[in-house]
Amino acid sequence: MHKKWLNAALLVLILGATALGSGTVTLNAAGATFPAPLYFKWAETYNKVTDGAVQINYQAIGSGGGVQQTIQKTVDFGASDAPMLDRELKQAGATVNNFPTVLGAAVPTYNLPGKPTLNFTGQVICDAFLGKITSWKDPAILALQDEANKQLLSGLNDAAAKITIAHRSDGSGTTFVWTDYLSKVCPAWAKQVGAAKTVNWPAGIGGKGNAGVANIVAQTPGALGYVELIYAIQTQIGFGKVKNAAGNFILASLSAVKAAAAGTKLPDDFRVSITATPPDPGAYPISSFTYLLIYPELSVVPSMTKAKAQALGQYLCWAINSKVKGGGQTIAPTLAYAPLADEVSAKVVEAIRSRVKFDGQLVINPSKPGFCSR
Amino acid sequence: MSRTLPQAKKAWLQRRRLPWADRAFWATTALFAFGILLLVSLIVYQLTVSAWPSLTKFGLGFLSGTTWDPVDAPGHNLFGALPFIYGTIISALLALLIAVPLSLGVAIFLTELAPAWLRPPVSFAVELLAAIPSVVYGFWGITTLIPWSRAHFEPWLAHSLGFLPLFQDRGSAHDMLSAGFILAIMILPIISAVAREILLAVPSTQREALLALGATRWEVVRRVVLPYSRSGLLGAVILGLGRALGETMAVTMVIGNSPQILLSLLRPADTIASRIANEFTEANSPLHLSALIELGLVLFALTLLVNALARLLVWRVARRPEGTMHV
Repeated sequence: MHKKWLNAALLVLILGATALGSGTVTLNAAGATFPAPLYFKWAETYNKVTDGAVQINYQAIGSGGGVQQTIQKTVDFGASDAPMLDRELKQAGATVNNFPTVLGAAVPTYNLPGKPTLNFTGQVICDAFLGKITSWKDPAILALQDEANKQLLSGLNDAAAKITIAHRSDGSGTTFVWTDYLSKVCPAWAKQVGAAKTVNWPAGIGGKGNAGVANIVAQTPGALGYVELIYAIQTQIGFGKVKNAAGNFILASLSAVKAAAAGTKLPDDFRVSITATPPDPGAYPISSFTYLLIYPELSVVPSMTKAKAQALGQYLCWAINSKVKGGGQTIAPTLAYAPLADEVSAKVVEAIRSRVKFDGQLVINPSKPGFCSR
Repeated sequence: MSRTLPQAKKAWLQRRRLPWADRAFWATTALFAFGILLLVSLIVYQLTVSAWPSLTKFGLGFLSGTTWDPVDAPGHNLFGALPFIYGTIISALLALLIAVPLSLGVAIFLTELAPAWLRPPVSFAVELLAAIPSVVYGFWGITTLIPWSRAHFEPWLAHSLGFLPLFQDRGSAHDMLSAGFILAIMILPIISAVAREILLAVPSTQREALLALGATRWEVVRRVVLPYSRSGLLGAVILGLGRALGETMAVTMVIGNSPQILLSLLRPADTIASRIANEFTEANSPLHLSALIELGLVLFALTLLVNALARLLVWRVARRPEGTMHV
């Protein structure tokens, strides 16, 4: 008698579990480390928003890994700080969508007595990183500063004024933004070094991660390095202003970074570098998008099903559509990520509605767009 | 008919003895042994295949090249491993230079000189060092060793020995010397633990014989213990060297990650393992990835070479008579 009861109970349990399981959709993603804390938060929140129906596993393996796994179709979607290159799209065999989600920025940070907020131009940063400017008392640096900082810098003794360059030793989207900016504003940099996630540094010491660079800067008097804006905000280390295309010295902030994206003319596929160019007077010039990589025809991904594709479409809009209350764009600033400007967000939502299909059918039903509502 | 106990036991043994058991045992263990060989050849094969684009593009120039420019653009994408090979060898040798006398001293003290009650706690403390993860050493390096070194040790070094090219042009202390220091601390427990076991294996009769002749402790160590355990101690050092060559995390945190070949130990450098760890996840191009894998192949060959040399050395040393008096 007992045994029968037990068996029945077990059967109910198993059936219940499978029923629950079939109701849950799990999306697997991998890629960039820079937006990872935000993507974790998004996944957690979205899981609650959908009452546990959609679960997203994001693995922060790096942008390069995200692109590779996207090409190999081993994840449902990828993530990368740099848009996919033409060569990579060719390898993928499809015009993979590059949807921007939030923005990042790189800021110059330094170790000087009195923690002044200095002014920089691309040219001065470039010359320092090329090893051409080796002293904080160099006339090119002094010429940019206000009276107080000018006095402070010229008052340094020669040893304290020696510039030590600190850069990332690991491959990083932050390095890409930084070197991309320098390549645009400084022909010598473009010719000698170029832009990439790791480069052949002409000068300085390499530190692993933002923390490694910040540590070198913090410990070395006269050091000059660069870190991701969010890292600088969260650890409250000081950073300098950078002159933008409009000629203003801008201290990086979420709104200044957001403005950089708003002022840029976006190409249809969103694969764009927004360093140095934005004409917006308040734009911070060393900013960039970070992207999610989504196949236009999702059925090519072996692990994809129609239910998963639809869940993915809704999730993308929840994350990117700035009209969604409590959605991804609202959460971003709480973790110090710069959200997309409204017009950028609207443009990406249009792209999600029209450029993501499963078996030839749009994933977002135009009559029931859900989070993709205009 | 009742059997006696020994008879029953014998019958049981015979029943359990299968005619093919010995051969099966031989085959199983042989399989394991050859499995290792197979594994090693597969690793070499896989590394070679993945490194092929870089191998064919740069040839031997990869080993002698000094430029590492991973930017994927015309005029860039050049890979040369020499600064990394140099950094790997020098930092490991520096570590040996510091760690070998220290750890042999520790081992000799623990086996020959220390009072019995002191041996367990000190041995335990030394072995504890081996259990600390390398990232913790690296963290200690950047928060404690480097600031101290920059403020006190390196200025003193540059001041008193600055006439040597080895100690010139000091910077922020993220350099070869710091890497050597960290590595030395990391390999110290390995060398001293192994060396202690080897010294313990020296027969007491040997010591007693010399003591009976009126020798001092120092003479016993010098004339009996060390000569007797020569080849074993060499093995312990090689074990430490192996660890130093392949260490990644702690080194990358303190070495400054600049691929350059400079005589000064007070300048930043880089090692093979550290460069692979830094760039592998975010390689710019397929060629870059392939060059990083070839770096791995170079490290593999380097360790193999060091091991072969060590074997040769141990073999040469072992052929000499051991434990004899050299009066």
